[in-house]
Amino acid sequence: MGDVLVLMEGIDKSFPGVHALDHAQFELRAGEVHVLVGENGAGKSTLMKVLAGIYSKDAGRIMYQGNEVEIHSPRAAQHLGISMIHQELNLMPHLTLAQNVFIGREPRQGVRFMLDEKKLNAQTQALFDSMRLKLDPRTKAADLTVAKQQMVEIAKALSFNSQVLIMDEPTAALTETEIEELFHIIRQLRDKGVGIVYISHRLEEFQHISDRITVMRDGRTIDTVQTKEVTIDRIISMMVGRTIFEQAPEVPEHPSAEIVLEVKNLNRGSAIKDVSFNLKKGEILGFAGLMGAGRTEVARAIFGADHVDSGEVYLGGKRAHIKSPEDAVKSGIGYLSEDRKRYGLALGMNVGANMVLASFKKFLTGLGLVNAGKVQTNGQHYVEALSIKTPSLQQRVKNLSGGNQQKVVIGKWLTADTNILIFDEPTRGIDVGAKSEIYRLLNDLAQQGKSIIMISSELPEILRMSHRIVVMCEGRITGELAAGEATQEGIMKFATQRGGIVDLSEPATDSGVGQG
Amino acid sequence: MAAIETTTAGVKRSLFHSDATQKLLAFAGLIVIFVVFSIASPNFFSFENIVGILLATAVNGVLALGVTFIIITGGIDLSVGTVMTLSAVMTGVFVTYWGMPIPVGVVAGLLTGATAGLCNGLIIARMRVPPFIATLGMMMIARGLSLVISGVKPIYFNDTPIYRQLTMGSVVGTVIPGFAIPNAVFILFGAALVAAFILGKTVLGRYDIAIGSNEEATRLSGVNVANWKTAIYALGGVFSGLAGVMIASRLNSAQPALGAGYELDAIAAVVIGGTSLSGGEGTILGTIIGAFIISTLTNGLRIMSVPQEWQMVVTGAIVILAVYLDVVRRKRQ
Repeated sequence: MGDVLVLMEGIDKSFPGVHALDHAQFELRAGEVHVLVGENGAGKSTLMKVLAGIYSKDAGRIMYQGNEVEIHSPRAAQHLGISMIHQELNLMPHLTLAQNVFIGREPRQGVRFMLDEKKLNAQTQALFDSMRLKLDPRTKAADLTVAKQQMVEIAKALSFNSQVLIMDEPTAALTETEIEELFHIIRQLRDKGVGIVYISHRLEEFQHISDRITVMRDGRTIDTVQTKEVTIDRIISMMVGRTIFEQAPEVPEHPSAEIVLEVKNLNRGSAIKDVSFNLKKGEILGFAGLMGAGRTEVARAIFGADHVDSGEVYLGGKRAHIKSPEDAVKSGIGYLSEDRKRYGLALGMNVGANMVLASFKKFLTGLGLVNAGKVQTNGQHYVEALSIKTPSLQQRVKNLSGGNQQKVVIGKWLTADTNILIFDEPTRGIDVGAKSEIYRLLNDLAQQGKSIIMISSELPEILRMSHRIVVMCEGRITGELAAGEATQEGIMKFATQRGGIVDLSEPATDSGVGQG
Repeated sequence: MAAIETTTAGVKRSLFHSDATQKLLAFAGLIVIFVVFSIASPNFFSFENIVGILLATAVNGVLALGVTFIIITGGIDLSVGTVMTLSAVMTGVFVTYWGMPIPVGVVAGLLTGATAGLCNGLIIARMRVPPFIATLGMMMIARGLSLVISGVKPIYFNDTPIYRQLTMGSVVGTVIPGFAIPNAVFILFGAALVAAFILGKTVLGRYDIAIGSNEEATRLSGVNVANWKTAIYALGGVFSGLAGVMIASRLNSAQPALGAGYELDAIAAVVIGGTSLSGGEGTILGTIIGAFIISTLTNGLRIMSVPQEWQMVVTGAIVILAVYLDVVRRKRQ
């Protein structure tokens, strides 16, 4: 590790109603990978957005390479050599990669307002070559996978000759192979003396990549520690402010053998290839696989949200023709999207109203008016049954935390009398503390006889929760494992068959996972 | 080897990529309309009638060029029609009332349009009023100002007969006798070339697409989005100003009550030409084809003695059809 690059002291920042940062501290040295962790809303992203010039601080000071600096805009940050890669991808899909990388700094021709496209492409090619990225600068950004777009964002950040590179949850959408490629590039940069801030929720990644860890909670900096000297349990307890134990994987008891859902030879283009499986009553069936393996596509197809080319679905042994989500709900199937805010909830509506959205007819009076009393009773029931933390049923759902929002969605599907629940990434974006509550809830539901399909990219979650595990890769089911015999390695073997985009053939500093 | 593969992939991509297919589709539509009308009416496919169509496209086409830039940002401009009229009135005031030379009048018209566009841009980018509302307001303001300034009566260019020649004369006709295509048509093509150059080769065009593609990302990349957006609306205003100068010349007068409804034809041309209302993509060639489709339809239906009321119904249906085809095609991809 080198000299101190960035020193942030006593940083304060308030938004209407929220004290986002409360005397936060942060130190970054040259040539280190510094992981910043904390629960949702702990202030990690806010602190880094202050450093990147996106938010202005209310109080405190920032020292950069020994001098106090004021960073008023993203552009000012870039000039200093501070770049941030955001959680949401920030590319312009209609522009080419080259146009994206050099947006705002396009090489011009003799006349100032004219672009020099040739030079633009050449510069980008050189940049990609230096990162050993196999990408054509003239491709449109929209045509790339999320992982490749991420690499382009890193390339863009590097093109500023950044000394400080901030990555906000860079691996959220990446596969294991792609994460390894990302880490490879991060290590290269570190060795060149770049200071890297890495915001993440994935605790298991830290030890692979980081030199130091700073933990934040409630807008405050709790501590900065050497990665080598701490355990994950210690980090978690610093994050949540109490000690919670990640329970050892417990395999729930064997479900009864009655098959409630059977899918035969489901096909759709290249997204779903000949998928067949069954789901038993009271069973949690884990769907493992990498991002883009086709798990969500299968779920949406069963739910009638997307059409299929061919295939049959049987419910309780009888052939079912589900052509729309409406049909699916009538047949007792509920789908809980990974993107709750977009597909699962009416954010502006209150808790009670959201619960009855999927079964509105049951809450109408003879005249077609809404029976407010019934809505109230139903809401009350599920708020208690699922222990949803909300001041009242009148609270708007957008003001709830991620975990409680997820519970409202679950309440909605239970209200609709669904027997088959498809959970797509049920704990994405949910705090460590709230996760175990969701797990317990899933177990309870299964024990009550509901059948659950759980799609998850987090292997520990899959291993801990599932009775059986189906693994998908590139639209196919490549393996099925019983809970007892499944291991992370076993699942990954079935799940990885994809080639990489970074050329790792030259001697790398350290590469853990080989290319599949 | 790899290079060849990339090139063929590139060609394939550009052929089947949305912009190109939509343009092909629109162009094929134009041809079909031409063929149908030619069969239906012997009067349709004549030199004079085609010149008539070209001339009828000129003003709407120029308006549509400006609107293209604005719709690519994901915005909309409802004020182009009445701003066009205001520009025509200002040109009339300068040339007829104040006796200024014609070039000064033309510049005054262009500047009027630019100013109105600049106001639109500032209201949208700085005051953060949604484009629909901001330009709706500007539409009414420009209409009102046109009536106030002109005293609610037309301003004629009878003292300056040369002004009418600006669009209705034919430089080509004097060079090649018998080939009397009016200047207005060449002004349209010239304006289209300039627009295509701006969109494809300049910084303004690049940021136009970038803003429409992902405004927040563009802002975070250090681009001053507010300023560029303002510039784009001002550019749209310049095209409205040019349309005003042209229509005043064509009618030999500035008609202050004219203009409302022109914005709809212009937006329709842009949309038929494949520019996405959600922003990020669009082409000048598409817009020009779209403008030709609208004027060819109007012309053909008139020749077939379809009443004007029904012409509107058909044009409306075509707009919906064009966008529907685009939706279907996108869904397939």
